[in-house]
Amino acid sequence: MNEESSKPASLYEAREPIFPRKVKGKFRNLKWWLMGLMLGLYYILPWVRWDRGTNLPDQAVLLDMANRRFFFFWIEIWPHEFYFIAGLLIMAGLGLFLFTSALGRVWCGYACPQTVWTDLFILVERWVEGDRNARIRLLKAKWDARKIRLRLTKWAAWLLIGAATGGAWVFYFADAPTLAVDLVTGDASLMAYGFIISLTIATFFFGGIAREQICIYACPWPRIQAAMMDEETLTVGYRDWRGEPRGKGKSREGEAPLGDCIDCMACVNVCPTGIDIRDGQQLACITCALCIDACDDIMTKIGKPRGLIDYLAVSDFEREKAGEAPRKLWKHVFRLRTLIYISLWGAVGVGLLVALFVRTDMGFSVSPVRNPTYIMLSDGSVRNAYDVRLRNMQGDDVVFNITAEGADGLSLSIEGLEGAAVIAEADETTKIRLYLTSTRDSAFSSTQSSPVRIRIENDETGADAFADTVFNGKDR
Amino acid sequence: MAKKPVEKQEVETTGHEWDGIQEFNNPLPRWWLWTTYACIIWGIGYVIAYPAIPLPGGATPGLLGYSSRGEVAADIAAIDAMNAPLVARINELDLTEIATDDLVGGEADGFAYNGGQAVFQTFCAQCHGAGANGFVGYPSLIDDDWIWGGTIEDIHTTISYGIRHETNLDTRISEMPAFGEFLSKEEIGDIVEYVGSLSGINGAVATEENEMLFLDNCAACHMDDGTGDRFAGAPNLTDAIWLYGSDVETLTHTVTFARAGVMPAWEGRLSESQIRQAAVYIHSLGGGE
Repeated sequence: MNEESSKPASLYEAREPIFPRKVKGKFRNLKWWLMGLMLGLYYILPWVRWDRGTNLPDQAVLLDMANRRFFFFWIEIWPHEFYFIAGLLIMAGLGLFLFTSALGRVWCGYACPQTVWTDLFILVERWVEGDRNARIRLLKAKWDARKIRLRLTKWAAWLLIGAATGGAWVFYFADAPTLAVDLVTGDASLMAYGFIISLTIATFFFGGIAREQICIYACPWPRIQAAMMDEETLTVGYRDWRGEPRGKGKSREGEAPLGDCIDCMACVNVCPTGIDIRDGQQLACITCALCIDACDDIMTKIGKPRGLIDYLAVSDFEREKAGEAPRKLWKHVFRLRTLIYISLWGAVGVGLLVALFVRTDMGFSVSPVRNPTYIMLSDGSVRNAYDVRLRNMQGDDVVFNITAEGADGLSLSIEGLEGAAVIAEADETTKIRLYLTSTRDSAFSSTQSSPVRIRIENDETGADAFADTVFNGKDR
Repeated sequence: MAKKPVEKQEVETTGHEWDGIQEFNNPLPRWWLWTTYACIIWGIGYVIAYPAIPLPGGATPGLLGYSSRGEVAADIAAIDAMNAPLVARINELDLTEIATDDLVGGEADGFAYNGGQAVFQTFCAQCHGAGANGFVGYPSLIDDDWIWGGTIEDIHTTISYGIRHETNLDTRISEMPAFGEFLSKEEIGDIVEYVGSLSGINGAVATEENEMLFLDNCAACHMDDGTGDRFAGAPNLTDAIWLYGSDVETLTHTVTFARAGVMPAWEGRLSESQIRQAAVYIHSLGGGE
């Protein structure tokens, strides 16, 4: 046994660098457009203004952690309405199921931030260092001035993108124009700088260094997604019955005629995860469809029909091998499974919309003070106290008039106030202590528990709300 | 990304075998090994820098001099420093201005109210109840009847100096005589009858005789009409609120042996701002005058 073979196999495998080649085609164009749209939204959204009145922020999308408010254009969500967020997350989950069962890992290939940012980083890499072959040469080259210059340029550009990513992130949590000035003058909070720095590093690492390893090793989604896919799912595949046996040149005598695949490796060279799609569907494939563009380009050049690599459904394999045409696209997409996902998704969505439209920007709750349930005053009358909360989600103060209904003989008063008009402060929950007092001889005083309805009325608009509670008398 | 499955290779085994399953002696993954080394180095540094090794007289202190108690003390000091302007504001304001002050006033969100609630629940609730409605012998603070006065100044004085707290020179003090020592049982019964008639309880009826006894013995503090005297801490006998009870037996006991409830003085035990906060809180519970 020589020394080499006696060494145990290492469990560690160093990453093989991947140099995706430039590619043109309809899927690449779609991905450019999607990238532009998503990055544009991400960077521009915090700067959109939206007028909400004098006391509320005018930022269209704002997650105000300090005051526990979430603003989204005309919608304002308070912590007690967090179910809207939960509902949106459920919709996102169901949407992911829907798209995965219909189109495979379309999320991974087109919309996942990891993919979008990696795409952007590779674009920068290509601008600075050149296309695939130039980059391979550069990797092997000695560390001379040119290599150092190119690498530093690339890293600096990546760092700038990372800083912009982290920089845009913090604008969602504070007033963007104010924070932008504070960031420059050094007056912003440590939290903001901390987030920018950590997100800069994370973006640089994820987009520049880790790249496809995140998709292959770190992300749980490839492990789960197989459960949403079936033989009807359209996913990127290779028509091996058409392509094999692969090879260059002409068929040799005595052997089976060569297929359409000329083994040019174009599909492998453009792949951002460095796989060979001709090996079949595999975990590392994020279905970015760039191999389709690459292969279609080659097929056009050699005068063969396009679609050697294409969006395929497993259920069409046998059909196509028998020479029949594949089934129509919509038959793959709209089937029982996806229709169930669509209806679930729609049901949650409609539920959220209804909840959004029936909710009021005026909240009101009455809770009787239970320790003690009642108190007797010196003239023998009986008094109950109530903790009343008035929630005013508007940007301006509102005056509410408070009355008690079904309570003839009960007098109403409010701690610290004359009369029954209460100012509910803008964007606040105002707490007041309300008293109902029944005279000594009133039936309320001697009834253990009587129903009472407290009503509030907006002094300006007349809009009202009520809450039912009880009046506790002496228990005899 | 491993593109092809690794060829089956000869791997050193530990020699352990169970039903044909061998335990391979594979090397640790590199990142794993490095993490272990890093943890060991970190551990050594930690033992040097922080309290670590338990000894009979306490753990080794560590170079940084850290202790969790010290951390709590520092946190409390930081919070006290943060609250210092609010405390100063409470102390400089007139008592009646605190509840409506922009800085420290306001119910539910006010510093004075919440601080007062904390003080009340810690030091006062044992006798007066968490809801401040009192017990027999311990007055309710949320009704409209006050023995020594219910303005915020009165409440502040009571909390500061206590009631019949003999070691405090400023304490509120008065003493009801135990009438059993110099009145007969019949006379006491007459007084109880008259007191009952004042608020129409116990089916009591006033007569010239028992009114005379009341005026001679009780009116000096409780006033001729029985409405009491807050200066002397003499309760109003004409209302519906009775600290010890209003039945004949209880009233007889009260007149015979007298009552003298005691409340501790809190000056010195609580800071002036805490007493002021408690006064604001109690005053806001519905009884404040």
